[in-house]
Amino acid sequence: MAGKAFQKIYTKLSQITKATCTVNATGVGNEELATVGGRMAQVVKIMGNSVTLQIFSGTEGIGTDAEVIFFGKPPTLKVSDQLAGRFFNAYGNPIDGGPEIEGEEVEIGGPSVNPVRRKEPSELIATGIAGIDLNNTLVTGQKIPFFADPDQPYNQVMATVALRTKADKIILGGMGLSNDDYLFYKNSFENAGVIDKIISFVNTTDDPPVERLLVPDMALTAAEYFAIQKNESVLVLLTDLTLYCDALSIVSNRMDQIPSKDSMPGSLYSDLAKIYEKAVQFPEGGSITIIAVTTISGGDITHAIPDNTGYITEGQLYLRRDTDIGKVIIDPARSLSRLKTKVMGKRTREDHPQVMSASVRLNSDAANAKTKMENGFDLSDYDVRTLAFARDYAEQILAIDVNIGTDEMLDTTWALFKKHFKKEEVGIKDEFMELHWK
Amino acid sequence: MTKGTVYGIISNLVHVKVDGPVSQNEICYIDLNGVKLMAEVIKVTGDIAYTQVFESTRGLTTGCPVEFTERMLEVKLGPGMLSKNYDGLQDDLNEMSGLFLTRGEYTDPLDENSIWSFTPLVKAGDSVSAGDWLGSVQENWINHKIMVPFRLEGKYTVKTIAVAGDYKISDTIAVLTDSEGNEQVVTMVQYWPVKLPIRAYASKPRPFKMMETGVRTIDTLNPIAEGGTGFTPGPFGTGKTVLQHSISQNAEADLIIVAACGERANEVVELFSEFPKLDDPRTGRKLIERTIIICNTSNMPVAAREASVYTAMSIAEYYRSMGLKVLLLADSTSRWAQALREMSNRMEELPGPDAFPMDLPAIISNFYSRAGYVYLNNGSAGSITFIGAVSPSGGNLKEPVTEATKKTARCFYSLSQDRADSKRYPAVDPIDSYSKYLEYEEVQDYLNNNIAPGWVNSVLAAKDLLLRGKEAKDQINILGDDGVPLDYHSSFWKSELVDRIILVQDGFDDVDKSTPMKRQAYMLNLVLKVCDTDLSFESYEELQPYYTKLINTLGQMNYQPFQSDDFRKYEAQLDTILDERRVK
Repeated sequence: MAGKAFQKIYTKLSQITKATCTVNATGVGNEELATVGGRMAQVVKIMGNSVTLQIFSGTEGIGTDAEVIFFGKPPTLKVSDQLAGRFFNAYGNPIDGGPEIEGEEVEIGGPSVNPVRRKEPSELIATGIAGIDLNNTLVTGQKIPFFADPDQPYNQVMATVALRTKADKIILGGMGLSNDDYLFYKNSFENAGVIDKIISFVNTTDDPPVERLLVPDMALTAAEYFAIQKNESVLVLLTDLTLYCDALSIVSNRMDQIPSKDSMPGSLYSDLAKIYEKAVQFPEGGSITIIAVTTISGGDITHAIPDNTGYITEGQLYLRRDTDIGKVIIDPARSLSRLKTKVMGKRTREDHPQVMSASVRLNSDAANAKTKMENGFDLSDYDVRTLAFARDYAEQILAIDVNIGTDEMLDTTWALFKKHFKKEEVGIKDEFMELHWK
Repeated sequence: MTKGTVYGIISNLVHVKVDGPVSQNEICYIDLNGVKLMAEVIKVTGDIAYTQVFESTRGLTTGCPVEFTERMLEVKLGPGMLSKNYDGLQDDLNEMSGLFLTRGEYTDPLDENSIWSFTPLVKAGDSVSAGDWLGSVQENWINHKIMVPFRLEGKYTVKTIAVAGDYKISDTIAVLTDSEGNEQVVTMVQYWPVKLPIRAYASKPRPFKMMETGVRTIDTLNPIAEGGTGFTPGPFGTGKTVLQHSISQNAEADLIIVAACGERANEVVELFSEFPKLDDPRTGRKLIERTIIICNTSNMPVAAREASVYTAMSIAEYYRSMGLKVLLLADSTSRWAQALREMSNRMEELPGPDAFPMDLPAIISNFYSRAGYVYLNNGSAGSITFIGAVSPSGGNLKEPVTEATKKTARCFYSLSQDRADSKRYPAVDPIDSYSKYLEYEEVQDYLNNNIAPGWVNSVLAAKDLLLRGKEAKDQINILGDDGVPLDYHSSFWKSELVDRIILVQDGFDDVDKSTPMKRQAYMLNLVLKVCDTDLSFESYEELQPYYTKLINTLGQMNYQPFQSDDFRKYEAQLDTILDERRVK
């Protein structure tokens, strides 16, 4: 990055820690970017004349005489249509060998949208996956994570979702992505022939972890450009937010902050909310939808990261391997899309909400029956039927490789209701029973 | 006025070197190249004032000039607040210009140019004190009282009072004189520091009336008193916000104030867009006309989040002083506590449990105690009923915010993950939740006299059924269906009946979403009657299909308008079903 004509260079560091250094300087702005010995850094604390900088790639080998050059501005991204189809690192510099981007330079991590200027999300996002469309319909402007154990195929599922939706732009923010996963995304996008609507900001495991902190803001700044200037519907994929949070805790630890639950900084909720709340539906038609991945450990959602995330996002999706059918499904019992009621039965068939809740309830009865069976108790006739229903339901509806429209999902579910249950066991309003119980 | 310069910056904690006296909680403005950033003093050491800035501090440099105001954080009170959407500092969000919230943009909470038709309520020579009504204007459908400013102490005499007619809010409507003859000019506007309670009332009795919310699991099982306090802790996904929205739409209050504190923006947008469309079930007017929304969503600056609950409470106290029944909802008080934690952390204070500040329980309890039922100086009554949502981290009810709140709030509505997982909404756990007001004799008398004779006993009977059902279910799970006597199965299914018909409520059905008390009483008595009917079964396998049929029929009644033909049709079917198994 080019500096200004008159640049003051400081060369006397008064303190160096593992991730930060302190220099005596004046006229420096909070959150300003700088280079220390040629490495990117950002101002995190100012006290009198001492300015503390966080060096993204760590302080190894930095000397007390390292050159500190301040840029006079916070991190920025140049935005224009040229972003489309390109791959960048966490600083917004191209990593695909292509030319630099020309465009308006905007600060990343900008202010929040005035809530009264937002529109209520109301456009359905169809994915063809019943675990989503039927049970947990997604809506533009929504923010929702996959809570997944590291061994689950979340990156594949997310790529599938991204490619099946009709978004104008798909922006990938990869944090601590393994090089293999990065190439997986790149190949899936290329193979699908949609590379022109993809933009990627990637920090791989080869890069310094603290750099990750810039990735979501970069991705969302690009998203805001397309959603506001171009009125496009933008889908932002963020993976893996847990690694982002780990970077946060590294920094706060180096800053001597008192950790709260699970060694995470006390501001974790606000930090995550700043990212997720960028999801928005604008009245002019543009929208930003965020689908993220939060890896969890052994299904534990009480850990501070998934816990704070759950309070911020509009639902969460869980993957589960269904042992009866040997396929991955989106777990109907635990997954939830909070915005589904905005479109279910309104943008879809009227019986959708009731069919959805009936099938989820019958499925949870099946789970109870299964527990009973495992504990060696006799099963009632009803228990046996719920189990049979659950198997058919997983196979014909929930399996992630099933790709059908919502009406077909509803018809299939009605057929399964009829096959396994009596009318009163389904517990759906009479007006829909008359229409669909055939 | 004291002035200062910025000395240090750590995120939104800014150290200011001052040249004169400053007070704790004093408001100052930091000048960043012409943009004024509002900040509040939260600690002073020597000539350094620690201030929390209500905005982003990006780009701020040392040496920026700071001006102090000699005022604490205040709300501007007067006619014109209804239907407004404020941020945590009482800026009118609709008046803000851009798509984004621009730093340093502050807007007037009240419209200076609106004309109000004023009617005097006192005459020259009358003796008045703080909070007394001088006159009134009509604000939407609320008779908005213009009051003697709360900050005035002692007795005053009305020297002049404006005649009935049209005035703007800043026009003089009265001149008061104190005992020494000093004059005090009163307009329709007054200011109040949000962190202090408004105490301009005669007395604060124990709450004795019930506040209807339309939510059966609250009204029937654990009613909240008018002027009472309650809280709803629950893990995410258990429907805290849906429950709060449902209460805000249907509660029997004159005025609803919703403090959306550190929560999702889309939820607030839902209020913005739904409330202008929804009818108020009691007045037939739009819900928005009796609502004030204070919104500081999770991505808005964290210090303003802390202020937002106080702003909401002060506005509630203002309207209570007019003799109104105010319902204040805060979602979520945990976010407010987290805002306190973030700041305490930056100040490097020694932390309490989970890194929250040590005085958290005291702060929470002081806040809840600002709610209540009061008798005003003129004998009329007003109330603030407060329900706070709590978001316990990890769903653990032993965490500091939940524990501190439990010590002070009188109603506890515990939202349970199990109920939410099985889609039994509202997911209020009937066994763990309680209402202390049910133990108040005056509340018991009120319920028995106003809902139905012997009502409290019916409620206790329903609670017993639920508890016995839970115990029976535990036994069945341990011993197996055929390992327990038939009675256990009956107990379980009776509790299911109470649960599925009384407690479970379909928030998305136009009829079922809100139930008037009369209908709740009717349904509870009907369910208890069914449970009291002696039924005979040969084996446990007969119970499940039979009770499913009962539940289905009663459930269909819940979807029909009260006492409509369809409602009676299902009720008649119920008798036929009971006759199948009735012990003759």
